[in-house]
Amino acid sequence: MIREFTILEIRLLLEATTWTVLLSLIAFAGGGLVGAIVTLMRISRQAVIRRIAQVYILLFQGTPLLMQLFLVYFGLALYGYSVHPMVAAAIALTCYSSAFFAEIWRGTIETIPRPQWEGSASLGLTRSEQLRYVIIPQSIRLALPPTVGFAVQIIKNTSVTSLIGFTELTRSGQLINNVTFEPFLVFGCVAAIYFALCFPLSALSRYLERKLHVPR
Amino acid sequence: MSLVEVSNISKSYGALAVLKDVSFAVERGEVVVLIGRSGSGKSTALRCLNGLEEIQAGTIKVGDYKVSDQGTDLRRLRQDVGIVFQHYNLFPHLSVERNITLALTVVKRMPLVEAKQVAARVLEQVGLSDKVNAYPEQLSGGQQQRVAIARSLAMSPKVMLFDEVTSALDPELKEEVLKVVENLAEQGMTMILVTHEMSFARQVADKVIFMHAGRVHESGPPEQLFGSPQTPELQQFVSTRVS
Repeated sequence: MIREFTILEIRLLLEATTWTVLLSLIAFAGGGLVGAIVTLMRISRQAVIRRIAQVYILLFQGTPLLMQLFLVYFGLALYGYSVHPMVAAAIALTCYSSAFFAEIWRGTIETIPRPQWEGSASLGLTRSEQLRYVIIPQSIRLALPPTVGFAVQIIKNTSVTSLIGFTELTRSGQLINNVTFEPFLVFGCVAAIYFALCFPLSALSRYLERKLHVPR
Repeated sequence: MSLVEVSNISKSYGALAVLKDVSFAVERGEVVVLIGRSGSGKSTALRCLNGLEEIQAGTIKVGDYKVSDQGTDLRRLRQDVGIVFQHYNLFPHLSVERNITLALTVVKRMPLVEAKQVAARVLEQVGLSDKVNAYPEQLSGGQQQRVAIARSLAMSPKVMLFDEVTSALDPELKEEVLKVVENLAEQGMTMILVTHEMSFARQVADKVIFMHAGRVHESGPPEQLFGSPQTPELQQFVSTRVS
């Protein structure tokens, strides 16, 4: 039974897009939160804590997101925890993006010159006060463009969740293609929707870079 | 009892000894100037006094605090020992006023209204009342350094350290900073300065310490050190620096 690619199919794609957006938001927020914790661990004065954060980053940056997703989805199922694809996707994407955020943010914190640490220490600020009032406010400026830039990666990477059966934009495209046999049309539309989501963010990242005078 | 007592401190970076058995004392209200060639250890000695550098041997006492103790409360110590750096180290993301009030509100837990009054007072003292809302990048080097002095002054320290505070400044900007330091000296602030400005050292110092190869080589009143240096090292140093 072959269906035609009509406005109805486009509506289905747009509905699936809301799941892509939702998943991206969850990954961005969750990854940001966990990433902030990992960042602080990564710059801790305790060598053990630094090391743990380093291993975490290495693991999640050094393995494909798809494997992380399979591990969460199929791995947990094996132990009797069957998780909804959406939950598995959220967990895997959070872990994945937190590792990248932690690396981006550690880098920007480390670019703040040592005199800023010394100047604030000399006024009697504790390490956490130095971070809060002097170091982090200055590094946010540097971190903003690459952070927004990484949001683009998150959006595109949500597409791998189609492989565990989560019906976001990509999987919805596959399903529609299965019944319409119009791959160019269907996936062209899917790509166009991804582009529409990502392009404004890329543009925003470039704009922030210029506005904040931050060389990449 | 001296306000600052440095007794037999030593420090090395690996095999490189930068301070060897350094001792000196600073009385309340005294202005002590450390002079010497680059690498003689004078800046390091200064930075040990507020715990920015750790020492490996000896003791430093500032008022009631022993800096050398493992458990030194650096937060308390640093409220009593202010430091002004060569490169000002102002916080570029904060206004001049906030640069000054930050530590007052965060460290001293002073209400913001009161902290702003303190900021106004110290800015007047360094002649920059009109720059209260400016950002560091909008100021000249000399003005930035005066803000840095005001920021340190706002904490009402018992002793102030000045680490080559005019070295990064153009000649025409040095004067305004030296003037501020001189005023502080006149008001009886206890100060320890590292400087290359020999004529200024001579004029403002109660005591001059000549450091050479990590040791206190010679010390005494400025007239004596600059007038009749005893050791060949100081003789040579003085003859090349003081016209």
